[in-house]
Amino acid sequence: MTRMLQSMKHRGPDSTGYALYGPAGTGVLVRYKLADSNSPRDFDYLDRLSRHQAEVQSRMQSLGAKVLSSHAETEYAYRVTLEYTGDLKKLVDYVEDVPEAEVLSIGHSLEIVKDLGDAEQVAEQYELKSFEGTHAIGHVRMATESDVDISGAHPYWAYPFSDVAVVHNGQLTNYFYWRRRLERSGHRFQSECDSEIIAVYLAERMAEGLTLEDSMRQSLEELDGVFTYMCVTADALGVCKDEMAAKPLVLYEGEDMVAMASEEMAIRAIIDHEIDTYDPYESEVLVWTR
Amino acid sequence: MDALVGERGIVYDARGLVEPDETLANVSEVDGDRAVFDAKDLSTRKINLELRHLVYERGITDVTIKNPGAKHSIGVGILQRCKITFEGSLGYYACGLIDGPEIHITGRVGWAACENMMSGVVVIDGNAGSLTGAAIRGGDLVVKGRAGARSGIDQKGGLILTVGSVGSNTGFMMQRGRQIICGDAGPGLGDSMYDGIIYVGGKVKGLGIDCVPGEWTDADSEYIERKFRIYGLGTPPSFDKFVCGKKLYNYDNLEPSERKLVL
Repeated sequence: MTRMLQSMKHRGPDSTGYALYGPAGTGVLVRYKLADSNSPRDFDYLDRLSRHQAEVQSRMQSLGAKVLSSHAETEYAYRVTLEYTGDLKKLVDYVEDVPEAEVLSIGHSLEIVKDLGDAEQVAEQYELKSFEGTHAIGHVRMATESDVDISGAHPYWAYPFSDVAVVHNGQLTNYFYWRRRLERSGHRFQSECDSEIIAVYLAERMAEGLTLEDSMRQSLEELDGVFTYMCVTADALGVCKDEMAAKPLVLYEGEDMVAMASEEMAIRAIIDHEIDTYDPYESEVLVWTR
Repeated sequence: MDALVGERGIVYDARGLVEPDETLANVSEVDGDRAVFDAKDLSTRKINLELRHLVYERGITDVTIKNPGAKHSIGVGILQRCKITFEGSLGYYACGLIDGPEIHITGRVGWAACENMMSGVVVIDGNAGSLTGAAIRGGDLVVKGRAGARSGIDQKGGLILTVGSVGSNTGFMMQRGRQIICGDAGPGLGDSMYDGIIYVGGKVKGLGIDCVPGEWTDADSEYIERKFRIYGLGTPPSFDKFVCGKKLYNYDNLEPSERKLVL
């Protein structure tokens, strides 16, 4: 994944993100951050991080979560494993009430890692070389309509649903309509980015009982704009193109691998021989399951 | 700030711009008027520099490029007759702005292949992305696989022959030239076209605004059979013909100079 993302650095050098799916465990994996790599390092910075980190873990425990493991990935980003069977939304809301705290992902197998810089920098920073999993999506971002920070980086986790992540290339033109509608349903958004809408929209449809494929087909009717997006769950990977096929996607389906990207050179970064690839057409929804 | 070196050896300056390195890779094996080089470890700029050096400065008329690796903007701006073979796939904007060469791509191409092609022949063995042959003005562009959305957008001449299917809005704002589509066509075929002819062998999902069925003539049959014969495509299937209904825009037969007098 790092090689794929690095080969498309020219598409966006601002930030890089991964949604990685490892083997599902019994614990709940939570990744969160308490600052950004470009946050001002004032004299109180490290003490403040330490206080906030203690407060986050205290709040988790106060809701009945047992912290099985806790690791500081960077001085401001953390990975914890919890034994927790309670309400995820309540847990996330309580954690994010700590100043500057932001939950990046929650799931039994999903881990979202994102930070400023290119893929090689982020992979090294978070020691991703040793990660083993079944499927993943990634994104390199050139910030256009929102800030260069971790909150604005893709992939997006679908708060408050576990194990759902989205990356997106395009623009939604009915962003505010859906943002207001989803906020009225009790959801909150970590960013001003339209891509986050897709994640929450799809997760809500799936929570209502639709399959990932049906949710994505419904999005073609209800989300307006130009887009190609990928949505991933613990056991499925889907891709959806708008009715104009306005945004690129190159797809390779091999016997033991499905790989896709905005540019073929990303796929060629992991397959060094000639391959047969194609661009899915307009309004296409494709889903692969494990 | 020091210059950064990317994965493929491209050097960026402090503003992220590519350093104007015009050093020739000089990696070709030349045999008479033929040359071969491997592009695997070369940047886009190095590949194009090598190709242009062979064609323009050494007078090579038959160049084979191995392992192009789906890199973007390869083979652009070749403005003379020669034969070029890419053994592999190309990325976006392949072979754009060409005038004269005969190009064979054994793999697939990304978006906007052969954009603004003036003349020559390009044969792509695999699939093509969206915007294939955008604003093409002349020559023959043959895609033996399928092509993406908006193939031949703003086409001003020449032929785009797609053996497979094409995506939505193919022939959008087409102004002249012909498209032969052996497979199916997506919605919005020929939307807002001014002129030109589109032949479709498969199903049409939907016609665009002002694209209407046209009357078949012997000249249509002769043209298609000739092109199939030239490119070794066997016996052509039956086609439906689509043209501009000429209702969307105001048309007359006046030359621009005559129109000025009338107006």
